[in-house]
Amino acid sequence: MASPQNFASKLTALVVDDHKTYQKIHQKMLNNFGVKSHVVENGKEAVDIHCHGKKFDLILMDMDMPIMNGIEATKELRAMGVCSTIVGVTSRTTEAEILKFMEAGLDDYQEKPLTKPKLSSILGNINSNK
Amino acid sequence: MDDMVQLQKKLFDYTASLFQEGFLDNQFNQLEQLQDESNPDFVVEVVTLFFDDAERILNELTTSLLDAHVHQLKGSSSSIGAQRVHEACIPFRNFCTEQNVEGCLKSLQQVKHEYSLMEEELLASRLADLK
Repeated sequence: MASPQNFASKLTALVVDDHKTYQKIHQKMLNNFGVKSHVVENGKEAVDIHCHGKKFDLILMDMDMPIMNGIEATKELRAMGVCSTIVGVTSRTTEAEILKFMEAGLDDYQEKPLTKPKLSSILGNINSNK
Repeated sequence: MDDMVQLQKKLFDYTASLFQEGFLDNQFNQLEQLQDESNPDFVVEVVTLFFDDAERILNELTTSLLDAHVHQLKGSSSSIGAQRVHEACIPFRNFCTEQNVEGCLKSLQQVKHEYSLMEEELLASRLADLK
């Protein structure tokens, strides 16, 4: 089995989630892979941070958030021309909801909480496409 | 050193019992695996965040549920002139706005008390009318 990869100073990520527990967990997971991460509390802040010129290799997007949810934010970011890998991360699991979220412009969808192997695979794909 | 080992064993046994009783599942293991020297209090910090969040949500839920229903009761009690019930509902609104669950529950007790007094009085006067 390959040893855990370290993406130190190569990749950056944005965690978009209104739950402080998930913010902390996902950020720690990313840090353990050597990925620099930034956290915002809702979709509008995710859009605003891109309007200010910031770019990220990976965006972990929660679905249910106040002010602007994950579906609206994903649509908005794609409309702005953001090409980052956007992975929807949510505890909702009906097929219809997943489809709606994917159709907004996600590259991938994961049920919360994200696992280490899944995150490793996502980061590996991004890194090899860079 | 022995004390430390003993305490660690106690913690291990206690955590194992929490798993057995269904309080915790595999996700907790994931949290423990994320903890390391750079962040030695990670598990405690995440669990504390959960408790703070949960308490806030439960308080909001309790006060908003109570608020909606007491508002209805305030309206219907004033529609029949049940003054004391109506007045008992008033402090309720303030407690809800402040998210003061204890205040809400005490206020609710008072509303229930006034309602049951009024119910007795009205029933007694109805019976007197019928005689």
